[in-house]
Amino acid sequence: MRAWGVVAALIGALALVAVWAPRAVAEGPIKVGFGMALTGGVAGNGKAALLAIQIWAEEVNKKGGLLGRKVELVYYDDQSKAATVPGIYTKLLDVDKVDLVVSGYGTNLIAPALPIVIERKLTFIGLFGLAVNEQFHYPHYFGIMPAGPSPKTDWSAGFFEIAGRQNPKPRTVALVGADAEYGQNALAGARENAKRHGLQVVYDKAYPPATVDFTPIVRAIQATNPDIVFVASYPPDSAGMLRAAHEVGLKPKLFGGGMVGLQYASLQTALGLMLEGVVNYDFWVPEPTLKFPGIEDFLKKYQERAKAAGVDPLGHYVPPWAYAYLQVLGQAVEATKSLDQQKIGEYIRTHEHDTLVGKIRFAPNGEWVKSRVLMVQFQNIENNSLKQFGEPGHRVVIYPDEWKSGTLIYPYAKAKR
Amino acid sequence: MRGRALLAVAVALVVLAVALTRLSANQYYYFAAYVIFQYVVLATAWNILGGYTGYVNFGSAGFFALGAYTAAILIKAFPVPFPVLLLAAGTVGGLLGLSLGYLTLRLRGVFFSIATLALAVVLQTLIVNWEYAGGSRGIYTMRPATVLFFDNYVEFLFVVMLILALGALATARWIEHSRLGRGLAAIRDNEEAAECMGVPTLRLKLVAATVSGALMGIAGAPFPYYVTYMEPASTFNLDYAVNSLAMPMIGGATTWVGPLLGAVLLGTAQQIATVTISSALNLLIVGVVLVAFVILAPDGIIGLVRRRRGGRHA
Amino acid sequence: MFSFHLLLNVIVAGILLGGFYAAVSLGITLAFGLLNVVNIAHPAFVILGSYAAFVVNSRFGLDPILAGLLFMPVFFLLGIGVYRIYYASFEKRAEESLRGLVFFFGIIFIIEVSLSLQYGVDYRSVHAAYVGDSFRLGPIELAFRLAIPCAMALVLTLALHLFLSRTFYGRAVKAVSQDHLALRLMGADPVRIKGLAFGIAIATASLAGALLIMIGPVEPSIGREYIGRVFAIAVLGGMGSIGGTLVAALILGVLESLTSTFYGPSWALAVSFGILLLVLAVRPSGLVGRAG
Repeated sequence: MRAWGVVAALIGALALVAVWAPRAVAEGPIKVGFGMALTGGVAGNGKAALLAIQIWAEEVNKKGGLLGRKVELVYYDDQSKAATVPGIYTKLLDVDKVDLVVSGYGTNLIAPALPIVIERKLTFIGLFGLAVNEQFHYPHYFGIMPAGPSPKTDWSAGFFEIAGRQNPKPRTVALVGADAEYGQNALAGARENAKRHGLQVVYDKAYPPATVDFTPIVRAIQATNPDIVFVASYPPDSAGMLRAAHEVGLKPKLFGGGMVGLQYASLQTALGLMLEGVVNYDFWVPEPTLKFPGIEDFLKKYQERAKAAGVDPLGHYVPPWAYAYLQVLGQAVEATKSLDQQKIGEYIRTHEHDTLVGKIRFAPNGEWVKSRVLMVQFQNIENNSLKQFGEPGHRVVIYPDEWKSGTLIYPYAKAKR
Repeated sequence: MRGRALLAVAVALVVLAVALTRLSANQYYYFAAYVIFQYVVLATAWNILGGYTGYVNFGSAGFFALGAYTAAILIKAFPVPFPVLLLAAGTVGGLLGLSLGYLTLRLRGVFFSIATLALAVVLQTLIVNWEYAGGSRGIYTMRPATVLFFDNYVEFLFVVMLILALGALATARWIEHSRLGRGLAAIRDNEEAAECMGVPTLRLKLVAATVSGALMGIAGAPFPYYVTYMEPASTFNLDYAVNSLAMPMIGGATTWVGPLLGAVLLGTAQQIATVTISSALNLLIVGVVLVAFVILAPDGIIGLVRRRRGGRHA
Repeated sequence: MFSFHLLLNVIVAGILLGGFYAAVSLGITLAFGLLNVVNIAHPAFVILGSYAAFVVNSRFGLDPILAGLLFMPVFFLLGIGVYRIYYASFEKRAEESLRGLVFFFGIIFIIEVSLSLQYGVDYRSVHAAYVGDSFRLGPIELAFRLAIPCAMALVLTLALHLFLSRTFYGRAVKAVSQDHLALRLMGADPVRIKGLAFGIAIATASLAGALLIMIGPVEPSIGREYIGRVFAIAVLGGMGSIGGTLVAALILGVLESLTSTFYGPSWALAVSFGILLLVLAVRPSGLVGRAG
């Protein structure tokens, strides 16, 4: 019975806190709230994003803040776990009384926040979620990732487009990917693209995320002798797949497509020469065609602080976009001169935004109006040094033509030397 | 008399909770409390098999996820009312528990634990390869916009989970004070001796495993609505298995109060850790506390309290 | 798609993978099979070994395997330390099974979080001249990245086997799992012997970790993927049998390899765990283990 007394007292205390929770008043700084993966599986990206967001806040505050008010970041670690997300966003909104919210990193951690956002009619920009809004159809959700209006197919469109332009045209394709959210969605899109280009799918399998050795998979692919190989893998698998392909001597005419992780400096320096000739997606690379105003300053600031923060030393992949999604939000607040979520959302939906990753315009479904998934080819890789990957000429943009910065070395075996 | 007093407290708690949803619009506390109550159910359920009989289940995550997926698939297939979800998840969890019970026929100790771990992996692989359940891509479950009597769905989930937690505790308490509980304790102390003394060990173990599995399944049933997007890797997460075993350990595994205390304390600590900065450090603290607790307080908090009172049970 | 050449190469790939699994599982076989210490944190110690190799490799350019060998004494002492705590807190009071498990769960947390606080959560890998190269043996292609770990695992297995069967301490370790009294009569202190054996078990994690980071990149919580596998191997191998562990690891490696080539990689893991369940249900003493 005494134990019950303790429990009752505990719950009673909780109730009291809930009822008499202090109600904060507006004014003071503008609070921007978000959950971010600072531990767990995707923390590498989450921490890099956080650093970019902090740089944004510092720069905005140096210029006097938003609407004349300072910007304050309120963020919690979602531990890369979807189950923590609903709690975090209600805490941000109900307890911390944040004025604006943005998403954490990745589809798994964006989707659980959306019901709360929709219920309260907030404006919400997602950081690297693949086709999240397909389920919700919420007019004030926007995805900063340039995957395009139909993300799943746009993702690999460039890879298959490149293949289609070759003479003679490749006829067979092998599709392989991680058996997880991203891998399966990318594979589904690739299947459609393969069909569109009249390619025969000779291998189509997913592997579990815990796979240690990719040799058996690569052997099975090799046995089907495909012209091109599309891979939708996560960071550790990307390295495993590439190493196995290298060792087995898999040399299709085109290799790569959707390998996550080859954008990170840590994997680039680990793989070095093995990357030569791989054609893979990317969102921003240090090529002359993509020198948008502000990006170099930002990367310089980021790279100076990357080591201390324990994040990717170059920061080409997620950080510019983490900066950009707040840039869009900040610009909308300034333009509408308000914190009214409806007005901000309408503004973002209807205007073009000038950011450090280029000009952005959103489609009605919240994705980019036109895809800017780049296909880059690794070229002229010398060794494992970090420096080369920070310079132009090593990840050459092949597609889309608008941003093209070099020519494809084809087939893959030729690039491999 | 004691039982009736507890029942009164339970009813009072539910009334208080419902009243609370009328008073406060602060959703955060409902979410936080929901998670803690969910762990109360899981820890209590684990304890019915693990604490009372000594069969350590490593596969709690599998049971929980199975309940969650049962609910999600039902929601996707037909517009079923909420209680049906609980019932279905409980049934599926109970059946899995029953098969686990048969496993105890052949496996004791750590072998049993490893088998439960393997069971969870096999279940996860099945879900991953089941296209209708979303496969590895995951499955979305939209919350209904309105729900009878409550302002929004979160408050409803909060009250549901509270009732489930109280139900689980009542079940555990009832088992403990019945002949079943005494039989289970005999199995924990010495299974061979119990068998010789005529305790129907297999039947008791089957009942305990079924009840435990059913409760874990039920705990998972509201999860699709809570999280709206589930994918196998996070739903079958090892954390659920670790927590549902660590919480009774910290509280004290021999009585129904132990899992409750452990879940409330560890659950609250984790909730606070989530919303305070530098959570990596906080996770480290959780780890250290866990290690310190099992070393310094071997019978959990309940054991500490008893020792202080003069070793009534020691 | 089916060809003899492919089949042969897939089986070889499976054997190489299995060899590596053996290296990771030997510590479990020692601790769990012989000493009855359910060290579920063993994979976390392996990751610790990976990071030790990574740090030495990236700072001094030392060969990862050499680094793994060099760290073995450190891990040995660490293991003895962990065992002392474990003994004093659990074994002495004869309440090891349940609480000991939670203890090791806590250790997993502590190792993972300490590593991510220190080195971040990025994937880390090592450099060595031979990583990425392969050689031919008739129709069979072998990658150094996998062949060297496999060879090292075989050496480790053999060394452990010789130690257990030929030396006084080795026989004492075997005896401690069966009969404390007999051991006392031999004039050995069971606690010291068990500490020694546990130290050796953790020392194998140092080498296994170096092998792991050679095969692929490593992040702090990647060890969780191995908990199920290594226990499966230890059980299949017959609990405490060094040779059995090797055989079980090879079988698992070959099966996973065959499944993922000829049936579909998404079922590879389920196949190994399905076999484990089957073995547990039908023959709990393991595939090659002592009966009863």
